[in-house]
Amino acid sequence: MWEFIVGHLNYWLFCVLMMTGLYIVVARGNLVKKIVGLNIFQTAVFMLYISMGKIAGGTAPIFPTDMNVDPNVVYSNPLPHVLILTAIVVGIATTSLGLALVVRIREEYDTIEEEDILHIERDIVTAENQSHGGAMGGRA
Amino acid sequence: MLVATAIAIAKMDRLFAVVMLSGVFSLLAALLFVNMDAVDVAFTEAAVGAGISTVLMLGTIALTSRVEKPSTQSPLIPLAACIVTGAALIYGTLDMPNFGDPNAPVHTHVGPEYLENSQHEIGVPNVVTAILASYRGYDTLGETAVVFTAGIGVLLLISGLRRRRDPDEEEDT
Repeated sequence: MWEFIVGHLNYWLFCVLMMTGLYIVVARGNLVKKIVGLNIFQTAVFMLYISMGKIAGGTAPIFPTDMNVDPNVVYSNPLPHVLILTAIVVGIATTSLGLALVVRIREEYDTIEEEDILHIERDIVTAENQSHGGAMGGRA
Repeated sequence: MLVATAIAIAKMDRLFAVVMLSGVFSLLAALLFVNMDAVDVAFTEAAVGAGISTVLMLGTIALTSRVEKPSTQSPLIPLAACIVTGAALIYGTLDMPNFGDPNAPVHTHVGPEYLENSQHEIGVPNVVTAILASYRGYDTLGETAVVFTAGIGVLLLISGLRRRRDPDEEEDT
């Protein structure tokens, strides 16, 4: 039982980390902070994958340069590392795109708070409804 | 420590501190990756997570605002949703093999094959590089395409800004 708990503690910590990220994304209104939360979420997933590739007593999957591989040396699984390398780079691409969108939103609405943006949107829609409704001769 | 940093990020409302803490978070994550034998991933995380993304975020908060407004909505509903999701995830991990178990399903199929064959087939000492550039070369090509597309997107979004604003504004990419 104790072995089970210690062996799974890493997964549980990554889950907690992931949920912290999710909480920031969902509960916080500031758009920059949402992106930081998204990054935390991503990093937690990366850690989960990398921790699956770890073998107890293993070492990094790099051979000696003379390529004489000692069969007794245990290497960790390189496949998760490759996948996560790709994922990190894609992650920075999405982050930069999101930040550019934030800059653009600030340009348009002069705020980066979600609630303010919703408020402005609602005002715009109300004003449009009123003008259209007036043109058709009644309340919208 | 990572969890503490993440919670501090959740609590903080000065965006500058948040961005700096996210850099700290990435560095800690990189240390953890070194610990778990993933040196290449740690390199990338330190360079990309702690370096580039911090710079990008600093650029963004320079262009926008530095302080977060306190939220008026109650945080209880998101908190409850997160706790339920987290509990489900933890329930899912109960079937996982123990940490570092050499007989886990992950280590029995593809990984060892790469470890055995790559020194004859590719001849690069670093297995991660061999897989990334050779066995999974198409993935890497696709990744480059994604980064290229994102770059075009960022340029399109930002270049419009340049035209409308004073030319002396700084840019974030």
